[in-house]
Amino acid sequence: MEGNLAIIGYGLSAIGPGVGIGLIFAAYVAGVARQPETRGVLQTIAILGFVLCEQLAIFGIALAFVFS
Amino acid sequence: MTTMVSAAEEFVPPSAPDFWQPLVGTGAFAVTRSMIVMLLVTLVLAVVMVAATRRLSVVPGRGQYYLEGVYGLVRNSIGRDIIGSAHFRPYVPLLFTLFTLILLNNLMGIVPPVQFPTMSRIGFPLALALGVYVVYLVAGVRRRGLGGFLRNLVPSGLPFWVVPVVFLLELVTFLITRPVTLTLRLFGNMFAGHILLLLFALGGEYLLLHGEGLLKLVSLPAFLMFFLFTAFEILIAFLQAYVFILLASVYIAEVYADDH
Repeated sequence: MEGNLAIIGYGLSAIGPGVGIGLIFAAYVAGVARQPETRGVLQTIAILGFVLCEQLAIFGIALAFVFS
Repeated sequence: MTTMVSAAEEFVPPSAPDFWQPLVGTGAFAVTRSMIVMLLVTLVLAVVMVAATRRLSVVPGRGQYYLEGVYGLVRNSIGRDIIGSAHFRPYVPLLFTLFTLILLNNLMGIVPPVQFPTMSRIGFPLALALGVYVVYLVAGVRRRGLGGFLRNLVPSGLPFWVVPVVFLLELVTFLITRPVTLTLRLFGNMFAGHILLLLFALGGEYLLLHGEGLLKLVSLPAFLMFFLFTAFEILIAFLQAYVFILLASVYIAEVYADDH
């Protein structure tokens, strides 16, 4: 079986963002459940956090193709 | 994809070179498929915008109504809420242009006759990110002057020995990290999404044509996943366009934030 170690590196780099994005949306859901009227404000903040967190996985996939 | 003929006995997974599709010419001056898609999107946008705004009325027709919905989303929920009601006006055209251009280009990744996301070639998101880069740097320098801009990078009240470290970190963030992340995010999402679609389509095709016996049946779930992820790509296309201008306006808003 042939493969590429760089892709495994991408898999490893996706663990951190996965956990982080889970935490962000857990906090968002809890916040909206407590105060439904803050949904609009929280949504922007949650997406912003999600995007900044996702960045590490994006770096991972870009570098995986660079080194493959 | 025309190179994936049935003569190939071994499955060749899709990879980065599949996105390089020159139509006319070779090398650096080739006219590629993504250029044609970009041109098409620009034409469609220009025609739609002019047609929908030529006869503006107080009671909007259907075209004007939808366009105003998109414009309202960009102007109010991103421009006004993030940059702030005092300064957002000059930036609304930039944000609206970026949003519609990126959204339509991303949607071209799944619209059947085209099916190629322009942003999966890194040059296109790089150009857009450099535009935003110039805008927020010039806005920052024009507001405070070069000295004031540099001084404002460091929050006040830090111990003196931390100041150079924080200054260096913030300078790297401003000058390098932000444009790079802005580019890579859009590129990475469209590239990864499209390569996933390619994998399901080509894998399904390979199993169906070259699989033996019951293995042909496995192509059904592969094609099902292809349809599901095509629908998922619509969400990603919208989210990435939204996120790009969200971050652009966050960077611009920092110019006008007076505490740090």
